[in-house]
Amino acid sequence: MAGGIATSRSVRKPAPADIGRPTSEPAAVRWLLIGIAVLFLTLIVLLPLITVFVEGLKRGWEVYLSALIDPDAVSALKLTLLVAAIAVPLNTVFGIAASWLIAKFSFRGKSLLLSLIDLPFSVSPVIAGFMFLLLFGAQGYLGPWLDERGLQVVFAPPGIVLATMFVTFPFVARELIPLMQAQGIQEEEAAATLGAKGFRIFWSVTLPNIKWGLLYGLVLCNARAMGEFGAVSVVSGHIRGETNTLPLHVEILYNEYQFSASFAAASLLMLLALLTLGAKSLVEWKTAQRNQDLEG
Amino acid sequence: MKGSRSRSVLPGFGLTMGITVLYLGIIVLIPLGCIFLKTSDLSWGEFWTTVTAPRVMASYRISLLTSLAAALVNLLFGLIVAWVLVRYRFPGRKLLDSLVDLPFALPTAVAGVALTAIYAPNGWIGQWLEPLGLKVAFTPLGITIALIFIGLPFIVRTVQPVLEDLDKEIEEAAVMLGAGRWRTVLRVVLPELTPALLTGFALAFARGIGEYGSVVFISGNMPMKTEIAPLLIMTKLESFELEQATAIAVVLLVMSFAMLLVINYIQWRASRRALAE
Repeated sequence: MAGGIATSRSVRKPAPADIGRPTSEPAAVRWLLIGIAVLFLTLIVLLPLITVFVEGLKRGWEVYLSALIDPDAVSALKLTLLVAAIAVPLNTVFGIAASWLIAKFSFRGKSLLLSLIDLPFSVSPVIAGFMFLLLFGAQGYLGPWLDERGLQVVFAPPGIVLATMFVTFPFVARELIPLMQAQGIQEEEAAATLGAKGFRIFWSVTLPNIKWGLLYGLVLCNARAMGEFGAVSVVSGHIRGETNTLPLHVEILYNEYQFSASFAAASLLMLLALLTLGAKSLVEWKTAQRNQDLEG
Repeated sequence: MKGSRSRSVLPGFGLTMGITVLYLGIIVLIPLGCIFLKTSDLSWGEFWTTVTAPRVMASYRISLLTSLAAALVNLLFGLIVAWVLVRYRFPGRKLLDSLVDLPFALPTAVAGVALTAIYAPNGWIGQWLEPLGLKVAFTPLGITIALIFIGLPFIVRTVQPVLEDLDKEIEEAAVMLGAGRWRTVLRVVLPELTPALLTGFALAFARGIGEYGSVVFISGNMPMKTEIAPLLIMTKLESFELEQATAIAVVLLVMSFAMLLVINYIQWRASRRALAE
């Protein structure tokens, strides 16, 4: 097996002798394919990224900054942070519990459970918001009951939190399950045999193994929670200064033709996305380092 | 996998099972159940008239066709991107690799306004296409571009790990048996990638059918022409036609779940093949 790994490495090494090798393409084809990939990603991904900052700064820093300190923008940002601060920790607790359950035990119905965890990925965000409207809205199943008690869920922050939780539900679990499955259960079993109790096993054996994957799951879940648009749009009611999140604020400004202000707000969300990508690179780098340490 | 729970020395089965099932029930299953329960307010006839109304049928057709077109484009270019990222070393490769994840991390509304600014008739690219008689924003083509943006990571990220794990020895063997490079790629490498390509395609397609945020800005939202199904649900909600919205949503959900089944089937077959080898 070790021999196999060694050959595959030597083949991948970008030596000049690689040109003309029968298991690679001629240089012209290689550069053509690289060119196509670069052009495609530039047109589809890089250009929108640049557009957001250029359009946001089109009328100068003053307009840009005043768009960011506008009271509506500030309250939208606050609500966005609040929603993420509730939804992300809850989804993290769920994600850890679900991945422990799936990776450490075998039981009947496991694949069904896995499919159910993935379910929110394939539900349209609009439908996700709509479900909570049907449940908690004025004409919804629990609407009258809530109304009698003076509680409001939809068109208020709790509805936004619920819709966000649904949409970002699988992210932490999806990141942790393959990781914990790959690591097996030997280390935890050893700890248990030595007399460690449940939480201690998790804290000092499992967590150090999964911390980077968990971090990325958290960051991604957070980015999606702060950026959710469709589901939140249905349950928010668009009350300015009260139930507007940052993505909804971008939409409202855009529809009012305040393009510079809209792109200024959008640039905040773009920064968040770029930070998320940075965190991913960091996690991949740390994981590769760890694997090297284990090998060496 | 199957069979009752085997005895384990590890603690926490009851606790984690409790948390998982409870949370899944409250956040996912009960709310989803409400949609299906609400359709029972409609008779079968009313349901059928709602979902076969010309405007609704048009919205399904637009959603399906644009998602299909976007997933096909991504199938080709996503494969090229994955291939280039795995097989070649060139300056800027890491940056290119990070860019692939942007659509996953970026709020859809931001993508929507940015793409519209680029492809609107007075936009960065739109102004050059307009004289050529090519309209992108506010046409199905614009919707397709938004869905290409959204779907790209699904194809690249499902194909990439499979391509990385692919043993180069089988390619070497093909060469020694006298196959040319093109033939080796077509007959040896591509079949190995097919399950991943299909899964990525299905994921991108399913995501496209339900996508809302990135599409609403660029589509122009004209009924019968550029109105996607999720937007029609939104419109029905805003005019308080809850029953109609429910009926449209149920059909959309059934389509998505069908896609999910297809994805599971592809993966089940692929893993069975891997086991057999």
